[in-house]
Amino acid sequence: MSDILKSLIEIVGERGVSNAPEEIWYYSRDPGVLTPRKPDYVVAPKTTEQVQKIVQLACREKIPVVPMGNGMSLTGLVIPLKGGIVLDMKRMNQILEVNSKARYAVLEGGTSQGVLKAHLQEHYPHLRHSLPDAPPATTIAANVALHGQGRLTNQYGFNSDMVTGMEIVLPTGEVCKIGSPSLGPYWFSKGPTLPDLSGLFLGWLGTTGIITKVGLKLFPNKKIRDVELFVTDRVELIPDILYKLTHLEMLEDINVWFQPKPLMFLGNFHVTIYFTGDTDEEIAFKRKMVWDTLQEFIDAKDGGFMAVQYMKGMLLEMPQRAIADFADVPKGGGFEYSGPITIVEHFPQYAAKVVELAKKYDVLYASSARMISGGLCMMFSISFAFNRNDPAMMTRVKHALDEATAFALDMGGIPWKPNFMEQKMTMQKMEPGALKLMQMIKKNLDPQGIMNPGNWEVNS
Amino acid sequence: MTQLRNIEHAEIVHRCFRCGYCKFPEDYIDFNCPSYKAFGWDTYSPGGRMWLIRAWLNDEIKTSERFAEILYSCVACDNCKNQCVFPKFKDFLPEIFQEAKAELVGEGKIPPGVRDYFKAIATNGNPYKLPQSERGKWAEGTGLQKYAGQDYLFYVGCVGSYDEVGQKMARSVGRVLLGAGLSLGISGSEEICDGNEVRILGEMGLFAKLAGDNIEKFKAQGVKKIVTLDPHALNVFKKDYPGLGGNFQVFHFTEILARLIKEKKISLGPYAAKITYHDPCYLGRHNQIYGPPRDILKAIDGVELVEMHRNALNAFCCGGGGGNFFTDILGTGEDSAGRVRVLEALETGARIIAVACPSCAKMLSDAVKMENLEDKLEVLGIAEIIERAAKK
Repeated sequence: MSDILKSLIEIVGERGVSNAPEEIWYYSRDPGVLTPRKPDYVVAPKTTEQVQKIVQLACREKIPVVPMGNGMSLTGLVIPLKGGIVLDMKRMNQILEVNSKARYAVLEGGTSQGVLKAHLQEHYPHLRHSLPDAPPATTIAANVALHGQGRLTNQYGFNSDMVTGMEIVLPTGEVCKIGSPSLGPYWFSKGPTLPDLSGLFLGWLGTTGIITKVGLKLFPNKKIRDVELFVTDRVELIPDILYKLTHLEMLEDINVWFQPKPLMFLGNFHVTIYFTGDTDEEIAFKRKMVWDTLQEFIDAKDGGFMAVQYMKGMLLEMPQRAIADFADVPKGGGFEYSGPITIVEHFPQYAAKVVELAKKYDVLYASSARMISGGLCMMFSISFAFNRNDPAMMTRVKHALDEATAFALDMGGIPWKPNFMEQKMTMQKMEPGALKLMQMIKKNLDPQGIMNPGNWEVNS
Repeated sequence: MTQLRNIEHAEIVHRCFRCGYCKFPEDYIDFNCPSYKAFGWDTYSPGGRMWLIRAWLNDEIKTSERFAEILYSCVACDNCKNQCVFPKFKDFLPEIFQEAKAELVGEGKIPPGVRDYFKAIATNGNPYKLPQSERGKWAEGTGLQKYAGQDYLFYVGCVGSYDEVGQKMARSVGRVLLGAGLSLGISGSEEICDGNEVRILGEMGLFAKLAGDNIEKFKAQGVKKIVTLDPHALNVFKKDYPGLGGNFQVFHFTEILARLIKEKKISLGPYAAKITYHDPCYLGRHNQIYGPPRDILKAIDGVELVEMHRNALNAFCCGGGGGNFFTDILGTGEDSAGRVRVLEALETGARIIAVACPSCAKMLSDAVKMENLEDKLEVLGIAEIIERAAKK
């Protein structure tokens, strides 16, 4: 047994570390199309102190450490590109506090989205968090670390904007608290009015530290949710439709989606409009406002509301199970998407690009855009499904996604949860001053370069 | 790529997305896969198993003790099948795991506990390595007679026949059924293991022998209707025996008891108790029998039936399924299924956990002891609760 393995067992116990071929094989990959890379060890800590000791060991021995939630970014962000330790955080899954009146929760770094949703539903039914449509096993810390989105992103911004404090194990093994918890027992602010240090970790994809605790804003959970579905075949009208809808300032979430299958959806753009209320009157009022706002498009015969009754259950489900189902359309167990953040007026160009790429690479697409911060921007998902038993199809999907990212950068967009190649493309395009600042931060926080190496490698 | 191994459903193994819905109940309150809960590695989850089986079929990983442990730590509770989001292949998940285990049996590379289980069944006819002649001893003093053309054969199974906790449950069921005037008999020392666990553990040859012997015997005796103590036996009789020529009307004892109560053939007095009911996987998820046990408890004046958070389709397994009752691959750590489940029962404020399966009775009784809850929780079979009510 190696000295490293012995040391890891001393920290987490025998059941908390593995270098067995089964775990090495499994944790070397994610469900996306990137090539697997083997870790040397997989370690599952249960406490901040254990994480700290693991990182101290890794720092001393110059071993890479890759923090992992459920590994569902699909862009290989937990693939250990340079080997080392994959840190499966999911055993740190305690909900430490819910401050009902201040509307925030404090969670351990491996707490899953599903568990928080269920916990709130059972104990605080008047509260909710911004639940992504990713599977429920995905973790909250990973979601904010990659600037994830959720059901309330249209109203309140990226889920990382909803962080209210953090506990971080730094790449040198020190522990620090970020925001109001650095001064007292309350987790209500990640920065203001202090210098906002959360930016040293959010969006860095685990390359500057490990989130062991996170505070998260909660929001009122209205008694009723409802949905309307507006459909148009004129893609050029989508930005105007979205502008008018976001002007209402009363919608929970807005998604625009289009896909070629089933055939009834081909050629149409579907705007799913979610709204909430505490009374039937409130719901009726909001529905009327939505209808009135889009009436001009109906009058011009450019679109109309589609009956949603038969798929209402699916649309209102949180998270939407049907999204994962896209992976099995080519009977193959996989899909991956590029999800650039972009301004809304570029929707038609992106939509055309999706169809062009699908045709060029002979792959199946589905696309969905989510409004962020009331129309400030959107996440435009360019999704391609693949058959995991068809390596050629997987290669075609990878090429299509690479081209989608290049297109997004050309259009002035920002790649979301970019894979290591997309990060390189992004940094090549980045303004030199910004890149230099990233270099300074990374060099100072992670002098040994052990944190998720291969990602955001600004120093190479 | 050359396939070194093959299983019947090999062509769909790659379709798992490893999204992880399978780990949870419907509302996501906690992990609902007992092996993932106990071990904590993704490899021990249903999705992990699917991906590893694919790697193993493609010879990207070899057969190993750990791979065998990963497969055999599955308790066959069927939660994954119900929660998987892929309707076109979700129903095949348990079969894929079973087929992979059968392939391991063929390779002769199975965990020692599984090997010993098969050997005991093959040589002694039961996993306890006790004489066949003692199989019917549990019934002494109950008044139950050997089956000789009565309306029902009361099939008890290995746990009910040999395990102390199981025997207690079998005796009470037998007494209550007899007391209600049901015409039934037992096989006693001639009863043969039903083979449900043998099949799920992948020893298909031994299973075929056990099932064949049982079917032949039942037919020779003229058995038409069977009432089982054990939901595991109910499952295999209903689902696997017909394909082998064994077509019988099969009931779980709670179905019969609920009917007898409805027909007022069992008189119930008051019994004041707060009770929570634990759904056995082979009665609930596998066979969708959720109502009768609850109907029985609700029929008792004074019983307050409170549900655990995870119940019915979302119930958390006791950890005894898939042969783990005998092989104990899941172990008894703090995250083992039985211990987690009794703590969930405690949260309801109930004083009694009602059970309808002898394996659950044993697993949860042991867990109550491990958690030092003997003064707070009692594990009782449904018929034992009826007897308490009847005595008042």
